[in-house]
Amino acid sequence: MSTPSSTPDTGGTPSDPPYDRARRRELILRVAVPLVILVAVLLLWDWYVRAYDVKPYILPGPGLVASTLVKDWGTLSSALVVTVRITFTALFLAVVGGSLLAILMTQSKIFELALFPYAVILQVTPIVAIAPLIIIYAPSTQSAVLLCAFIVTFFPILSNTVAGLKSVDHNLLNLFELYGASRWQTLFLLKIPAAQPYFFAGLRIGGGLALIAAVVAEFAAGSAGAGSGLAFRILESQYRLNISRLFAGLIMLSATGVVIYWLASLVSYLALRRWHESALNREN
Amino acid sequence: MSSSANTATADTLPTSPTVVRLAGVNKTFSNGTLALSGLDLDVHEGEFLSLLGPSGCGKSTALRIIAGLGQPSSGSIEWPRTMHDATGSPERSIGFVFQEPTLMPWADVFHNVWLPLRLKGQSKASVRASVMEALDLVGLASFAKAYPRELSGGMKMRVSIARALVTRPQLLLMDEPFAALDEITRFKLNNDILRLKAQLGWTVVFVTHSVYESVYLSSRIVVMAARPGRVVRTVTVDGPTVRDEDFRTSDTYNATCRTVSEALHSAMGAGDHL
Repeated sequence: MSTPSSTPDTGGTPSDPPYDRARRRELILRVAVPLVILVAVLLLWDWYVRAYDVKPYILPGPGLVASTLVKDWGTLSSALVVTVRITFTALFLAVVGGSLLAILMTQSKIFELALFPYAVILQVTPIVAIAPLIIIYAPSTQSAVLLCAFIVTFFPILSNTVAGLKSVDHNLLNLFELYGASRWQTLFLLKIPAAQPYFFAGLRIGGGLALIAAVVAEFAAGSAGAGSGLAFRILESQYRLNISRLFAGLIMLSATGVVIYWLASLVSYLALRRWHESALNREN
Repeated sequence: MSSSANTATADTLPTSPTVVRLAGVNKTFSNGTLALSGLDLDVHEGEFLSLLGPSGCGKSTALRIIAGLGQPSSGSIEWPRTMHDATGSPERSIGFVFQEPTLMPWADVFHNVWLPLRLKGQSKASVRASVMEALDLVGLASFAKAYPRELSGGMKMRVSIARALVTRPQLLLMDEPFAALDEITRFKLNNDILRLKAQLGWTVVFVTHSVYESVYLSSRIVVMAARPGRVVRTVTVDGPTVRDEDFRTSDTYNATCRTVSEALHSAMGAGDHL
């Protein structure tokens, strides 16, 4: 921080030993508590499978799932790459499309009146129900899956960004008007920066939804073969009663979801950390 | 010294040139509220004019009309000493300080103060000195890189004042700028405003609902009443040019406060006290 040393005292600074110690304890707790829960659940699971002699095609033990994850890594990871590629492409298109459309809608009342109801309709119609149609019309299965994921991801980013662009401090708008700001200046210097926290909230929701939608669309498409994603591998495992591989696939999906959420949160934190309440450590 | 707090009507008042003249200005809001009724007001160069009155008396509305934020429903605003552009609208040189600091939270102090110049297309490098000078005038030069959330309420307000003065406006409009601050900070900022006014030769129109603040700062006080918003009396403050804590405890100050308070009370009907 390049803030002058005479900044009003906001409590401890990172160099204070008590603050440091408190933060380390906080960090340890943050890691240790979930870890203890995880180990406890794994032990319980393992005990249950052994004690009641559960067959692996009903519920495999954690050890078997782990070894399957290693053994089938080749198949599973290439499937994961397909799913992740679709997820991120959909998310990228949704971010670009959603925020551009949000800007368009807030710049022109006509655009908003014309487009917003249809964006809502697209959002509230379950994607699983639209997917069969999309699969018929789309040139390839991959593009159908991508389109489904895009439709689902697009809306939270659009509606959050619209809300952000509209919730600019009225006094600041007056100030810009007073100094004769052009439409573009008001957009770039005021509305877009003010919409950032809303946009990032939308990104976090959209990131998670993109993965879910990619999996759901893949289920609906039921695509097979070398180019298929993790969702197909999970279905396939179910048909073959290869439940340990199903579990391994699930674990990879959740891990991917967590990473996406974490990435979105990181981007949001980096963008807002200097000024927005959501990214600040509260102390009192 | 009770004679020093004399009262007068606007037309017998200061002879320095008029910066802006409001004549018969009415303002009716879309919900039918008559916010201003027949406001005549001349703002003279170099004066510190306060608009004083209860909530709903139209003092803020009048200020916003002067600023060009919203048009009067009827009546005229003239800028006798201001250039007019090709479309005939006056090229007002105005600084505006809102009741809230109204800073952009995502921008540091420097960028907030740079804003009015930036909107006029002036680059950061070309106005760095002006921005730093404005910050220096409010005593915040060392906080150029701080973000608004890192500042106290009084400091944020000083940034807001620096932003208003960075364009060196002909007219400074202040809309209850210190209403949300504690009394100690308010007194300090009152003194800052008086010092800056003396230093930079400002013309100020100041909206307040504090009798004491208006008397301390102003050379002329326009007392307004609500329902409908109108001017009930104009009071000239015969105080010294340099005002400090001595003035705040002087007879002149007390006598003027009494006069202004009486004007305010006589203007308010029994129902207005609710």
